Amino acid sequence: MHPSKQGWGFFAAVVMIAFIVLANPGSAASNKLVITGSSTVAPLVGEIARRFESRNPGVRIDVQTGGSSRGIYDVRNGVADIGMVSRALKPDETDLQAFTLAMDGISMILHASNPVEALNQQQVVDIYSGRVSNWKSVGGRNARITVVNKAEGRSTLTLFLDYFSLKNSEIKPHIVIGDNPQGIKTIAGNANAIGYVSIGAAEFEINYGVPVKLLPLDRVDASVDTVRRGIFPLSRPLNLISRPAPQGLAKEFIDFARSTQVHDLIEAQYYVPVSIH
Amino acid sequence: MFRSVFTDTLLRWVLQAGAVVSALVMAMIMLFLLSESWPVLQHLSLAQFLTDSSWHPLEGSYNLTPMLSGTLYASMGALLLAVPLGIASAIFIVYYASPRSALLYRRLIELLAGIPSVVFGFWGLTTLVPLVNQLHPPGASLLAGILVLTLMILPTIALMTYAALIAVPDEYIRSAAALGLSGWSMIRGVALPAARTGIVAGIVLAAGRALGETMAVLMVAGNVVQHADSLFDPIRTLAANIALEMAYAMGDHRAVLFVSGLMLMLLVMTLSGLAGWLGKKSYA
Repeated sequence: MHPSKQGWGFFAAVVMIAFIVLANPGSAASNKLVITGSSTVAPLVGEIARRFESRNPGVRIDVQTGGSSRGIYDVRNGVADIGMVSRALKPDETDLQAFTLAMDGISMILHASNPVEALNQQQVVDIYSGRVSNWKSVGGRNARITVVNKAEGRSTLTLFLDYFSLKNSEIKPHIVIGDNPQGIKTIAGNANAIGYVSIGAAEFEINYGVPVKLLPLDRVDASVDTVRRGIFPLSRPLNLISRPAPQGLAKEFIDFARSTQVHDLIEAQYYVPVSIH
Repeated sequence: MFRSVFTDTLLRWVLQAGAVVSALVMAMIMLFLLSESWPVLQHLSLAQFLTDSSWHPLEGSYNLTPMLSGTLYASMGALLLAVPLGIASAIFIVYYASPRSALLYRRLIELLAGIPSVVFGFWGLTTLVPLVNQLHPPGASLLAGILVLTLMILPTIALMTYAALIAVPDEYIRSAAALGLSGWSMIRGVALPAARTGIVAGIVLAAGRALGETMAVLMVAGNVVQHADSLFDPIRTLAANIALEMAYAMGDHRAVLFVSGLMLMLLVMTLSGLAGWLGKKSYA
């Protein structure tokens, strides 16, 4: 046999095997729940869903992201059983019912050695847009400010921009970071840096002796406690939504997600659990 | 007789299957990248990736050139440092070091090759960046990226060069000695040219790793999307761009990240093509 012919035979065989493996249809479970919505909430709900599945054999939960608005749209249209929304429901959304899983708060952080004790809104805006570039101008020592910003698409960035009415293209960053731990390490390594992270994440690291500090915002202390009480301004609820009076599997899942059985999962994502059960 | 023919056929089939599978995986990755970036390639013109005012995908501007230059600066800088250092280490181990220190030194380099990239990144973030920051803020910079990358690709170059030098036939060396060549002229005139192919292969492998390295660079290079004016400016590489934004990207944003993956792939392919062409050309 000519080697190249053999080669083609092989190629065909391998392609066919690949197709068979890839096209294997997922076994259709009868007990299925579809959850869509916010990409902030999705990782947490994904973890909760995995635990729920392992405790209820035979149940299959499909978690898809696509933004809070998709969650609302899908629940209204019956495409999804439950939606994920990383904000409070708006007045025109009374046809839906929200179940808060957790609170998420973010705050400005500085290096622990930075003498600045508080910044007001205008000062933060000035620093991030590059109009103020030295700590001296806001009551600190004479040193250049290193502005730490989040990568585009991160929910923390969106919340930060909304609160300070900034556009991301107006911000003049010196360092762009991905997740919270990287942001905290960056600031811990730079005495003149300013950044913003999830409060839960920052408190966790501070307890382990990392030299950063949280700044109060609008004279409210930044702590997991003020976030839990709902008085910290830069915070938001992470909600599951459904049409009123969820039943059956959807109700079971919502109850499970708000029970103390998932607190460790919520805290692992640096959110603040708020369940009453 | 029958048995050996049978074994040969079997071996050929197994080897062919292996080759086809690896080629297929490569082709599938390429197809996947193309199909994922297709939605934006259809309604955005290619020129937009080069001429838009900035990279703010959520505000509809998609300029990839700062990341292209960042990737190239960081990799070229690292190669500039790692190639001479790596080749020098290999020459030292093979021709100058005593057997005991040669072994020790080689083991150290092998150890360096085995350190995971995230450890380099972590070390860079907590040690290197604050050091550079004392020199010139903000610390997270092209320089920090180059230094971390250098450490990561140095072992590849050193070990490949070492293997190539060891493989130079003994009679070449003995003939050179018989002709009365001194140590350095023998290395320069005989050993290095004979080991050329292996050394070039090492450099190409190292360049590929430098271009595609993600975690370590992401942690130390600052990730600001801009063309660097100096070594102390922060930069963002194509790979870091994907890792930073992929987790939360949706729709067009997600698709343009696949475009930057495609761009990175083309860059690596161009580079290895260029290296192959250069290698061939100087032999002719």
